[in-house]
Amino acid sequence: MPKDTSIKSVLIIGSGPIIIGQACEFDYSGTQAARSLREEGIKVILINSNPATIMTDPMMADKVYLLPLTVESIEEILEENQIDAVLPTMGGQTALNLAKEAEDLGVWEKYGVRLIGVDIKAIDKAEDREKFRQWMIELGVPVATAKTANSYLEGKEFAQQIGFPLVIRPSFTLGGTGGGFVHDKEELDEALNRGLQASPIHEVLVETAVLGWKEFELELLRDANDNVVIICTVENFDPMGVHTGDSITVAPAMTLSDTGFQLMRNTAIRMMRDLGNFAGGCNVQFALNPATEEIIAIEINPRVSRSSALASKATGYPIAKIAAKLAIGYNLDELENQITKSTSAYFEPALDYVIVKIPRWNFDKFKGADDTLGLQMKSVGEVMGIGRSFTEAVQKACQSLENNAVGLGYYGKSQMHAEELIEYIKVPKWDRIFRIKDALMLGVSINTISKVTNGIDRWFLYEIQKIVNIEKEIAKYKLANIPLDLIRQAKQHGFSDEQICRIMNDGHEDELYEKRKAAGIRRAYKMVDTCSAEFEAITPYFYSTFEEGGQNESKRSDRKKVIVLGSGPNRIGQGIEFDYCCVHGLIAIKEAGYEAIMVNCNPETVSTDFDIADKLYFEPVFWEHLWEIVELEQPEGVIVQLGGQTALKLAERLHAKGIRIIGTSFDNMDIAEDRGRFSDMLKELEIPYPEYGTAFDVDEAVEVANRVGYPVLVRPSYVLGGQRMRIVINDEEVEKAVVSLLKHIPGNKILIDHFLDRCQEAEVDAIFDGENFHVMGVMEHIEPAGIHSGDSNAVLPAFNLTPLVITTMEYYSEKIARALNIKGLINIQFAIKDGKVFVIEANPRASRTTPFIAKAYQIPYLNIATKIMLGVNKLTDFKFEKKLKGFAIKEPVFSFNKFPGVNKELGPEMKSTGEAIRFIKDLRDPYFRQLYKDRSMYLSK
Amino acid sequence: MVFHSAFFLQIFAKLFSSIMTQAPQQQAILVLEDGSVHYGKAFGTIGTTTGELCFNTGMTGYQEVFTDPSYYGQVIIMNTVHVGNYGVKDEDIESSTVKVRGIIARNLEEQFSRRMAQGSLDDYLKANNIVAIEGVDTRALTAKVRTEGAMNCIISSAVTDIEELKDLLREVPSMNGLELASKVSTQSPYELGDPQSDIRIAVIDYGVKKHILECMVERGAFVRVYPAKVSFEELKSFNADGYFISNGPGDPAPMDYAISTVQSIMKEEKTLFGICLGHQLLALANGIPTFKMHHGHRGLNHPVKNLVTGKCEITTQNHGFGVDPEAVKNADHIEITHVNLNDNSIEGIRIKGKPAFSVQYHPESTPGPHDSRYLFDEFIKMIREGKN
Repeated sequence: MPKDTSIKSVLIIGSGPIIIGQACEFDYSGTQAARSLREEGIKVILINSNPATIMTDPMMADKVYLLPLTVESIEEILEENQIDAVLPTMGGQTALNLAKEAEDLGVWEKYGVRLIGVDIKAIDKAEDREKFRQWMIELGVPVATAKTANSYLEGKEFAQQIGFPLVIRPSFTLGGTGGGFVHDKEELDEALNRGLQASPIHEVLVETAVLGWKEFELELLRDANDNVVIICTVENFDPMGVHTGDSITVAPAMTLSDTGFQLMRNTAIRMMRDLGNFAGGCNVQFALNPATEEIIAIEINPRVSRSSALASKATGYPIAKIAAKLAIGYNLDELENQITKSTSAYFEPALDYVIVKIPRWNFDKFKGADDTLGLQMKSVGEVMGIGRSFTEAVQKACQSLENNAVGLGYYGKSQMHAEELIEYIKVPKWDRIFRIKDALMLGVSINTISKVTNGIDRWFLYEIQKIVNIEKEIAKYKLANIPLDLIRQAKQHGFSDEQICRIMNDGHEDELYEKRKAAGIRRAYKMVDTCSAEFEAITPYFYSTFEEGGQNESKRSDRKKVIVLGSGPNRIGQGIEFDYCCVHGLIAIKEAGYEAIMVNCNPETVSTDFDIADKLYFEPVFWEHLWEIVELEQPEGVIVQLGGQTALKLAERLHAKGIRIIGTSFDNMDIAEDRGRFSDMLKELEIPYPEYGTAFDVDEAVEVANRVGYPVLVRPSYVLGGQRMRIVINDEEVEKAVVSLLKHIPGNKILIDHFLDRCQEAEVDAIFDGENFHVMGVMEHIEPAGIHSGDSNAVLPAFNLTPLVITTMEYYSEKIARALNIKGLINIQFAIKDGKVFVIEANPRASRTTPFIAKAYQIPYLNIATKIMLGVNKLTDFKFEKKLKGFAIKEPVFSFNKFPGVNKELGPEMKSTGEAIRFIKDLRDPYFRQLYKDRSMYLSK
Repeated sequence: MVFHSAFFLQIFAKLFSSIMTQAPQQQAILVLEDGSVHYGKAFGTIGTTTGELCFNTGMTGYQEVFTDPSYYGQVIIMNTVHVGNYGVKDEDIESSTVKVRGIIARNLEEQFSRRMAQGSLDDYLKANNIVAIEGVDTRALTAKVRTEGAMNCIISSAVTDIEELKDLLREVPSMNGLELASKVSTQSPYELGDPQSDIRIAVIDYGVKKHILECMVERGAFVRVYPAKVSFEELKSFNADGYFISNGPGDPAPMDYAISTVQSIMKEEKTLFGICLGHQLLALANGIPTFKMHHGHRGLNHPVKNLVTGKCEITTQNHGFGVDPEAVKNADHIEITHVNLNDNSIEGIRIKGKPAFSVQYHPESTPGPHDSRYLFDEFIKMIREGKN
């Protein structure tokens, strides 16, 4: 059927603030859906409370509502707009649940709004564990033995019938919240209680645990004409038992025979066709018994998901974009393949590469959290590596993680013994794959590893063994005598230059790079084209590999070009905000007439959508990869201001290589980052700052602490989101903090500041073009100093500071911007005590709050800032009309509930995973008054 | 035609006499008809092999592909980057031996993991005397075939002299005009299924895949498989209710014997179903010419639309020849039932007023999606209707 022309306006529901289990993949899908519908001439109205999203930009929708995701907000929108249909499948579980709630209350019916994409019955069938089970049994699809319990007593009874090990799965929860394995009777009580409480309808499924089975996911599209295609088959490296969001996953499936795959495909298609009214993207998960090759259905998600975002990036097939078109009536065969632009959208992508996704965790932020991986998702972000072999892809993914891994292996860290390792890898934890490699290095057999890990497929272990064998070979050589063939082999298996040098314990990566470059061992770029080169594709989406012959598909154009460095995996302290900044940067670069080139490795993001930049390199934001791209593309310069600390960190080396840093110069950025140089500058500018000192060991630290006066803030230099920052009040605590810090970051220069107790905090975001200075916004924190700015509720504009204080802040900001010769963005944090303004720090880059201000004032600040960085515009070229009635509050959102037993304690180290925006008319607003009352409640240390 | 098989024998003789070293992965060389030389590592048997270069984009089912008789005479590029991961298994075959002449891949795996597997791909290829090369930029090769078209190639892990390889390559005949079906056909008739069945199907084997026969037997048919050059009189003696014209390798145009058999069957008004080569033969028998495609369709993801039902199916394909679309469109006696959504090529036809139909793709789909197996149901249904 062609497009349903009765649909003229569509409401898209977003997924709200980033929390564990629901991250920026939904910005990606929402953005794609909005663009896809507008392409069809449909008016798009969007609701999302998350200001750091691209989807909520005026350029993405006809009307954007930055409102809390509640039925009240929905009603408000429906009152104000004529809306024909609502698309609830783009905003994750949050959107589905909201759509269902509105349906239950009769809201859709009242306003004559149709649900498109999926109907409530289908949602119920898929999301309600018991209904799903019954449905599967009716369909004749095998499932694990299970029973639904609505009470503690029932749960206990069923557990007895089913036997251990078993799984408790709460109904209607997100990312497996509240679920868990129960190995024996002792664990049952607590698990049952937690599950029943986590479920909004207080219902849990007590289910046999199919531990040791292999886990697979199929991403599908179905249209209203019952046509179904499988876009991607993903295999989990970790066997059943680890949430798929916490699993290392691989595509295409590596160990699945055609008979096994067709069984899954047929079953998934049967499930999809029987689901009811559904047109769009869907995800089906299966477990496969490796001994018998029988399969059971685990779950079905009738919406786009984290997995579909990954599948889109893994295959090049834009699932959300096509799903949106299917929702308005199109059939798959009426649409074209978005990558080739010459073939049909009704097809199944063929991959001639491997992708490996590795999740990124932040357990260090949740003291006391159980870091065992299980049914409940705990990771905060993910990376994807693409290569022409599993080994290459997995090592590239490791290089993308930004946790000091230079490949599959940390070097120079203390080694466990073989026995310890065998014990350690029994339990799935974030570093298990690294430990498996260590175990193989020590000669532990593949058999043993497969057994103790409860069934990690041997094929993956054989592949890791290849990495181990090459590593052992490399270790026999030094830079001077390492054979070129060995270098070539190592590169083909994903070893980084730095990794090879560390293994040899000789040479610098630059030396190795020059050596291999001279021998012609260089990266070739290959296209992600959905079709294994069968058809000519025009989409500029590339990854690197090493090939015999080195045929490079990424042709350099004659245009002037600028590279934007992305921010890598989402983590606490560096999240979706920076992707928002990068996307705007890319668009501004294009508008300014340059070719915009993106480098990033986070599959959840909009910036890695293949049609945002002129050219996308899906590569680790890691020196070696970046450098080879720079050598190939020879850009005018590189923008590091938009990708957070990840990108900024690479500025020094780019600068040293003579590559222009667009905007503020490297040296000036370094002044801002280097506490010593920065304080000297402040002194010169006669700007007050808290007393401070630096130290390299405990003795020095104690001395400094006493000099600047307690309480003091102890923190490492060059870190993100206040990592390992502590407020301490005596010598003993200083010692403890410093020892712990040096243990984790040896050789770090430790910063010790006098902590301004009970003072107020505020921050300024501004743009400077070399002549004029513009204050984007002044934000006052509701919480007192001591709570990381990312965890504070910030009010825009300031609500309680005196005009004199605000003027002083603005005055200091301008002075600093001038002194640092900022070109582009700067964020400055202030502490105000007894009316005196102190500068705490300055960040010469886009900050976490830039998108928030842009949204609150409705000014495209990132676009303006990028053009100023490029030098194509001056501030005077723009008009700034700040449209804000009342105040906007940036509310931090936490994911503490994912970590039972961890208290919500706030301090100088950032803990929040996301943020929401809330507009209030005035300070009498009850929500604001409550926040204000609670402002010191969670401050710990 | 005799010359060609003699040539292949000559190559095989070379292959047997080659030195069987145990050294870990010796070099292998791939030379294409366009003169380009590619280096990689040897896998499978050490030796030399030649054939027409083609590529397959499927990500599963390598064993089924390697044993598919339609690949006879061809050297196949496997686009998926890991091949051999799950070993080999007796049930996953389409014929009793490996039919491809050679394999080109990025990574061929010696180590495998599948509890139900019987052995490794490496051992299997060695047992079948198949020469393979890995570590090659298969993507670049595919792009070459895509742009320059199908061409012959030679792989060798035994001969290192490029000029010698080029000389050998020059002797390889072009696939255009090459009759190969009779080379892979059964030598004598055999039967499958329940002899008491009321559905009797005569299969003419031009290189039939095992799973095609299974698809018919599963649906209750009694099947008798005949050699390619069977006479129509012999076929008739089976008293079949339906005839199946199989898939197979090579060019259909020179297969006069087969075209006349199909014409004879049609005269009898018996139900007839053709797949792939069988589809091309049905077209030729009805005056529609075939042609050699630029580089063919080979993979598990080709989109086809059924014009009768309006539904789509993802199909398995393996063909280097096609039926002339213009001629089909202009033929009043032929109905187009299926088209390819990528390039609008003819995927299925029905002869108006006759119980005869055929598809260019492989509805048995081993390997590949089972979307099109309904065609076997239709075949059986048509046979039943024809009987009443």
